[in-house]
Amino acid sequence: MAVISIERMGLLSVFFVCLFFSSAFAVDRGNFKTCDQSAFCKRQRAFKPGQSPYRALLETLELSDSRLTLQLINDNNKVHLLLELYRLQGNMTRVKINELKPLKPRFEVPDVLIAEPPTEPLSVLSKDDNGVVLSLGAESQRLIVSARPFRLDIMEGPEVLLSLNSRGLLAFEHLRLRKDTQAQPEGAEVKESVDGDQQQDEGKKDEDEESNKEEDGLWEETFKSHTDTKPNGPTSISLDFSLPGVEHVYGIPEHADDLKLKTTDGGDPYRLYNLDVFQYELYNPMALYGSIPVMLAHNTQRTMGIFWLNAAETWVDISSNTAGKTVFGKMLDFVQGSSEKPQTDVRWISESGIIDVFIMLGPKPSDVFSQYASLTGTQSFPPLASLGYHQCRWNYNDQEDVKSVDQGFDQHDIPYDFIWLDIEHADGKRYFTWDPHKFSQPKEMLQGLMDKKRKMVAIVDPHIKVDSGYKIHNEITSKDFYVKNKDGGNYEGWCWPGNSGYPDFTNPEMRAWWASMFAYDQYEGSMENLFTWNDMNEPSVFNGPEVTMHKDALHGKWEHRDIHNMYGLYVQMATAEGQIQRSGGAERPFVLTRAFFAGSQRFGAVWTGDNAAEWDHLKISIPMCLSLGLVGVSFCGADVGGFFKNPSTELLVRWYQTGAYQPFFRAHAHLDTTRREPWLFGPENTALIREAVRQRYALLPYWYQLFFQAYRTGMPVMRPLWVDYPKDTATFTIDDEFLIGSDLLVHPVTEEGSRGVTAYLPGAGEVWYDVHTFQKHNGAQNLYIPVTLSSIPVFQRGGSIIPRKDRVRRSSACMENDPYTLYVALSPKKFAEGKLYIDDGHSFNYDTKKEFIHRSLTFANNALTSSNLCPDCNFLTSSWIEKVLILGASKPSKVVLKMNGKETPVDFEFDSSMSVLTLRKPGMNAGDDWTLLLQ
Amino acid sequence: MTCLHLLLTLVFAVSLGTPVEIQRPRGVPLTKKQFYEESKPFTCLDGSRTIPFDRVNDDYCDCKDGSDEPGTAACPNGSFHCTNAGYRPMFIPSSRINDGICDCCDTTDEYNSGAKCENTCKELGRKEREVLQKMAEITKEGFLLKQQLIEEAKKGQQEKQSKVTDMQENKKQLDEKVEALRTVKETAEQPEKEAKERHLKAWEEQKAAIRLEKDKAKMAETFLELDDNADGFVSVSELQSHAELDPDADGTLTEIEAQGLMGGAEQVDTSTFESVWPKIKDKYHSESQAEEPAPVETPPDEVKEPVVDNDSEPYPEDDISEEEDEDDEDEDDYHEDDDKAQPTIKTPEKTHEDEEAMPPYDADTQALIDAAQKARDDFEEAEKALREMDDQIRNIEKELSFDFGPDAEFTYLYSQCYELTTSEYIYRLCPFNRVSQKPKYGGSETNLGTWGSWSGPENNKYLLMKYEQGTGCWQGPNRSTTVKLTCGKETVVTSTSEPSRCEYLMEFTTPAVCQEPANIDPSPHDHVEL
Repeated sequence: MAVISIERMGLLSVFFVCLFFSSAFAVDRGNFKTCDQSAFCKRQRAFKPGQSPYRALLETLELSDSRLTLQLINDNNKVHLLLELYRLQGNMTRVKINELKPLKPRFEVPDVLIAEPPTEPLSVLSKDDNGVVLSLGAESQRLIVSARPFRLDIMEGPEVLLSLNSRGLLAFEHLRLRKDTQAQPEGAEVKESVDGDQQQDEGKKDEDEESNKEEDGLWEETFKSHTDTKPNGPTSISLDFSLPGVEHVYGIPEHADDLKLKTTDGGDPYRLYNLDVFQYELYNPMALYGSIPVMLAHNTQRTMGIFWLNAAETWVDISSNTAGKTVFGKMLDFVQGSSEKPQTDVRWISESGIIDVFIMLGPKPSDVFSQYASLTGTQSFPPLASLGYHQCRWNYNDQEDVKSVDQGFDQHDIPYDFIWLDIEHADGKRYFTWDPHKFSQPKEMLQGLMDKKRKMVAIVDPHIKVDSGYKIHNEITSKDFYVKNKDGGNYEGWCWPGNSGYPDFTNPEMRAWWASMFAYDQYEGSMENLFTWNDMNEPSVFNGPEVTMHKDALHGKWEHRDIHNMYGLYVQMATAEGQIQRSGGAERPFVLTRAFFAGSQRFGAVWTGDNAAEWDHLKISIPMCLSLGLVGVSFCGADVGGFFKNPSTELLVRWYQTGAYQPFFRAHAHLDTTRREPWLFGPENTALIREAVRQRYALLPYWYQLFFQAYRTGMPVMRPLWVDYPKDTATFTIDDEFLIGSDLLVHPVTEEGSRGVTAYLPGAGEVWYDVHTFQKHNGAQNLYIPVTLSSIPVFQRGGSIIPRKDRVRRSSACMENDPYTLYVALSPKKFAEGKLYIDDGHSFNYDTKKEFIHRSLTFANNALTSSNLCPDCNFLTSSWIEKVLILGASKPSKVVLKMNGKETPVDFEFDSSMSVLTLRKPGMNAGDDWTLLLQ
Repeated sequence: MTCLHLLLTLVFAVSLGTPVEIQRPRGVPLTKKQFYEESKPFTCLDGSRTIPFDRVNDDYCDCKDGSDEPGTAACPNGSFHCTNAGYRPMFIPSSRINDGICDCCDTTDEYNSGAKCENTCKELGRKEREVLQKMAEITKEGFLLKQQLIEEAKKGQQEKQSKVTDMQENKKQLDEKVEALRTVKETAEQPEKEAKERHLKAWEEQKAAIRLEKDKAKMAETFLELDDNADGFVSVSELQSHAELDPDADGTLTEIEAQGLMGGAEQVDTSTFESVWPKIKDKYHSESQAEEPAPVETPPDEVKEPVVDNDSEPYPEDDISEEEDEDDEDEDDYHEDDDKAQPTIKTPEKTHEDEEAMPPYDADTQALIDAAQKARDDFEEAEKALREMDDQIRNIEKELSFDFGPDAEFTYLYSQCYELTTSEYIYRLCPFNRVSQKPKYGGSETNLGTWGSWSGPENNKYLLMKYEQGTGCWQGPNRSTTVKLTCGKETVVTSTSEPSRCEYLMEFTTPAVCQEPANIDPSPHDHVEL
C-alpha cells in the first residue's frame, strides 16, 4: 500500500501531508523525476548520436581461451576503459566495460547471476588496423570489433544481428577528484561532464570551463528539498544498441504500459527505478515498484535479448526508423520496394556502476528464455496452494473477522487457499508481532485455518520501527545492521510505524539474521501455514526523495545509488530463505514482493502494486504481467477488484474472471473501500465469482505443471501469443489476450457493458476449442465471441491435452487425492499431447528425492498413451483418471484400456453435435503406464 | 483404482431410545429413499437419464443434477445428507465428502479420507438444547417485558396525545392572552413615548440656556483678559497679542486683520465685543489656562457605543443564546448564536463628566414609564410561555411521529442512550437520535450517524436500524451505523465493530424484538427423519 491514512498517522510532517493530499485522485507526477530533473539522465540525453570519441586500442588486445580484453580510449579526455568480451555457453555474448584504472572500485552487481556464466572459446578470425573479427561458436556468428570509432557488431552469416555503440552514444563518466572550483586556476584541465562529449561537432576544442561550472548535478543535486550529496561526483554510463530488422521490442518492466514498447522520442525514456508510486497512472514510461533491465527484440526470423546488469537508476530510450510511418507509408515502402530496413535503436543510461551487458541471441523465443534463465535462474517452483485463490484486504479487522470471512467462503461454497493480513495485524506496525487486542491468539487462528487445510499470509515490511521496546529493532541496532546515512549514523525515515530504520539487506550477515527471525521460536505466533508478504521494499520512505531512500545513504562501502533497484530483491531473498530454514529446508516458501529486480523470480511471486478499481487498470494487468513473464517472472498478478476505490459489481466480476486466468490470483482492497468479499453483491454475482474461482481450481493441475516447466526451463507461464507464434506478425502487438502455457488462449472481457469480444486465434491450419462449449474454431482468424456476464472466452489448442481436477473443493489441499479428467483436444491431424505433473504440492522432495510423477500424454493413431518422463522418479499418488474427453473425435466402435498386459473395455459416450467422445471411468492410477485404444 | 464401493450404509438413528435400522444409499435423505431402489435402474432425479443401479454412488457422475452420486464427491453440484442423530440433520455439498475435514457431526462425510473425526452430535445436540432452552427462556421473559413495554407505550402515547390536545387548547388561550397583552403594551407605550420626548425636549432647552450663560461668562472673562490696560476697551493692539486668532494662518495677526476682526473699529467696549466674540471664540487661547481646549460640545445622541463588529471574537459565554441545542460540536451554530445575541446587548449610557446628566423623570413621566415597562414584561412573559408551549407541542408531536414499531414497543428507547466501552472507545447509541464514538482516553466525539430508518428485511424491518450521515471519513464516505436488534431481557449494546471502513455495526438486545414463543418443546426436531 502506498496511501496514507492521515487519520491514522498522526505524526506526519506537514510536508508529507501536503504531498499526499495533493495527489488524492491520481499520481502526483511532480513527486517523481523526469529525465530532465535527473541530472545524469539530462546530461546523457543531451548528448546526440554522432561519431564516438572512443577508440579501441587494438594493440592492447589479449585473448585467453574464452576472455578477450581490449582497452578503449576516449580521445577527448584520454581516459582508458577496459572492454571485456566473453562468449557464453548457450549462444550469448557478454560485454563488460569498466574504467581501466578507476580511482576506486565501481559497483558490480552481485547475487543476481546464479553463478559465473560458463564460457566458450573465442577465436580471432582476422585482425587488421581497423578491427578484429572474432568467431562466436559454431553458429557462423562473428563479432566484429571496429577500432575507430569503437563499435561492436554481431553478425550471423551476412546479417548484422545487433550493433553496440553504432550511434556513438557510449559514455562513461570516470571517477574523478572533486575540483575546488573557487581555487582552480583558469585553463586547468577540463573534465567533460560527459566524457564522450562531441566536441568535434562544434569543430573546435572549446575548453569552456564556465559552462562546466554551471553544469548542475555533478557533485550535488536537489529535488524537491532533498539534496543528494554525490561525494563521488558524476559516475553515469550509457551505451546504445542497434537492432536492424527489428520493429518490436518488449520487456524492461515495470511500467503501466502496453506490451510492445513505444519509441521514446519526444518524451521521457522508460525509467527503471523502484518507487512506491501513489495511485499510478497508466500508459506512460514512469518508473514503478520493480525493475528488470531486460529487453527482448523480436521479428519473424529471430528473438534476442539484452540484459543490462546494473542496479542503479536506469533510463532506456527507444527509437525506431519506422515508428513515425503510417500504415499507408509502410505499404508504400512495400509496394515500391523501399530499401530502408526497419531498425530499432535502444540506449541504456545508468547512474553508476559499470557496463555489463548480456546479449542473448536466441534465435527462438524459448532460447532467449532459457538463456536468461541460465544467467539469473528460473521461477521458483511454488507450493501448489499458492496457485489457488488468495483473499486479501487491508485489513481484516481481527481474528473474529478472519473467522467469519473463512466461514463465508464455505457458506457460499467458494474455494480459497490463503487469507491475508495487512499491516494492521501487527502491534503498532512492528512486524513479526501481533496486535494484542485484535490478534491475541494467532496460533488459534492459524490452527482454525489449518483445520480447513487453508493458509495465511501476514505482511512483513522492511522498515523497522525505531523503538527501544521492540526486539527486532534492538537486535538490528546491536548488530549494527541498519543502512547508514551519509554521515555514518543509522539512516532513518518515515514509514507506516512512524520513524523507521531500514535493515541493510545487501549485507549477507544481515540477511542470515533476518532469515533466522522466521524460525517458529523467534516469530511468535507463527505456524507452518503462515507465509509472508514483503511490501514497501522499494524501499518506500515517505519523507525521502521520490518517496524512497536517499541515494547517498550507505550500504557498507556502497552508496544506495549503486544498489537501489536490488534492495527489494534482497528483502524477498532473505524472507524466502527464512521460510525455507524454519522447516529445516524441507518446505517450499511462499513470499510475495512488490519491489523486484532481475533474479527476483527465484524467490516467489510479485504483484503489480497499488492499482485502482477502474476498467483500464483491469486491462493493463495483462500487458504488465506479460512483460514480467517475458523477463523471467512468471508468478505475477494484479489486485483483483483494484486496490484503490470501489469497483462496480460488473468490474469486480470481470476482474475475478480475468484474475482466475492469471498466475497470481489475489483479491485485495484499500482500507477505505467498502467490503467486497465475493458474496456481498447478490446471489447472481456470487455465483459468477464462484464459477470463475472454480474454473481456476479445476485447472490447477495444468497451472502446476506449467510452473514446474517454468522452474525447469524458464518458459513463461502466461505468455504473449507471439512467443508460440513467432512468425505471425498479427500477434506481435496483441496484449488484450494471452496464452497460458501453449495450450490455453484467454481473451478476458475487460470492457464495461461488453456484448462481445474479438479474439485472434493464431495458427494457420490449427484449430481451437471453446473450453465451455467444445465448439471448434479455425486458427489464423479474428473470431467474434458474443459474451454475457458469465462468459470467460477461453480456448484450448487443438493438439493439446490438459489434465483437470473437475471436483473442485474448498481448498487445493482438499483436492490432493482427487481424480483427473483429461481434456484431449485433437489437432486437424488427430494428434494431441500434454503433460501431467504430480508431487506432494509443498515440499522440496521433488528436488531432493525426485519424488514426483511426470508423465507424457500423447494421442496419436487413435491411441492415448501415458508414458513416464522420469523413470527414476518415485512418487505414489492415489489420484486416478476418472474421465477422458476427446474433442474433435469421431465415434469409435470400441474403446479398450491396455494396462499391465491386460485389456479391458471402457464405456464411452459420443456427442456427435460437438464431436466429443467421453470415456467413462477408465480408472487407472495417474502414475501408471497405460494406453487407451479407440477402435 | 481407489474408491469405495460401499453402496449401502446402515444408518442407525436413535429416537426416544428405540434403535431403528434403515437401509439406503450413502448420502440419501430418508425423504428421497424411495427414488433409490436397488432392484431397479436409477433415473436421475431431474429425469434426464436412466442408468443401471450399480452406477449409483460408483464415484462417477452420470446425472447432470448429481443425483446418482449422493454419497461421493463425483458430481460438482451434488449434495450429501448426514443424519447427525442426536443433533440436526443437514446437507453438505458433495465436495466436502472425504476432503479430510469433518463436516458432519456423525462423521459420515469422512468415510474414506483417513480424517480422524469424532461423533460430536450428542454433545452438539446437548449444547444446542441448552442454547435453545436459554433462548426460549429469554424469549419468554423478553416477550412478557415486551407486552409491558407495549402497554406502557400505549399508555404513554395516549397521555401524550391528550397532553398535546390539552396543550393545544391552552395554547389557544395563551395566544389570546398574548394578543391582549400586546394591545395593553402598545397602549401603555404611546403615552410613555410622548412623556419621554417631552422630558427630553425640556432638558435640551435647559441645556441650551446653560450653554448660552456659560458663553457669556467666558466672553466677559476674555474681555477682561484682552483688556490689558483695563481701560474698559479692547484695542487692536491688545487683540494682536493673540497670534492664534490670525485668520489667514500666516503666523502673525496684522493690524488690519485685527481690525477686520473687530468690525473695522479701533477698539470695542464690552457690548460691541459681543459681535467680535463669535469670530474669535473658537481660536482664542486663554492666557491663564492656555492648555485647556475650548469645551467641545458633545451632542447627547453621539454618545459612544461599543463597536459592533460581526467578525469579532465571540462574546462572553453568558451572551450565548440559551436556545442552542445540545449537540454543540458544530462550530457554525456558535457563530449564528453570536449574531442572534447581538441585538440584546445593552449599550451602556456613558455620561461625560463635563456634561450634566439628564435630570430624573418627573413623577408623572416615571409613572407612565413604569406602567409601560410592566406591560412589556407581561407581554414578553406571555410570549415566552407561548413559545415554550409551542416547543413542547412540537416535541411531543415529533415523538409521536416516529415509527416505534407495530405496537409502539420501541417507544421506551426514545430519548434514552446506551453505552458500550471497548478497549479503545466508548460507543453511545441514542435510539432514534444518533450513534457516536468517543476515545476512552480523551479526544473528541465522532458522530457515527444520525437516525435514518428501519432497514431490516422485508418480513421484519424492525430488526435493523440504520444511522446515516455521520462525520465524513478521509477519502471515504460519511460514517454510518447499522444497529442489529436481537431479543434479550436487557436493553443493552452488546458489541460494536467496523466491518468496512466507516461502516459500523452495533449489536443491541432489547425485549422489544422478542417474538411470541412458539408453544412447542424446544428440542431438536429431527422427527422428520425418524
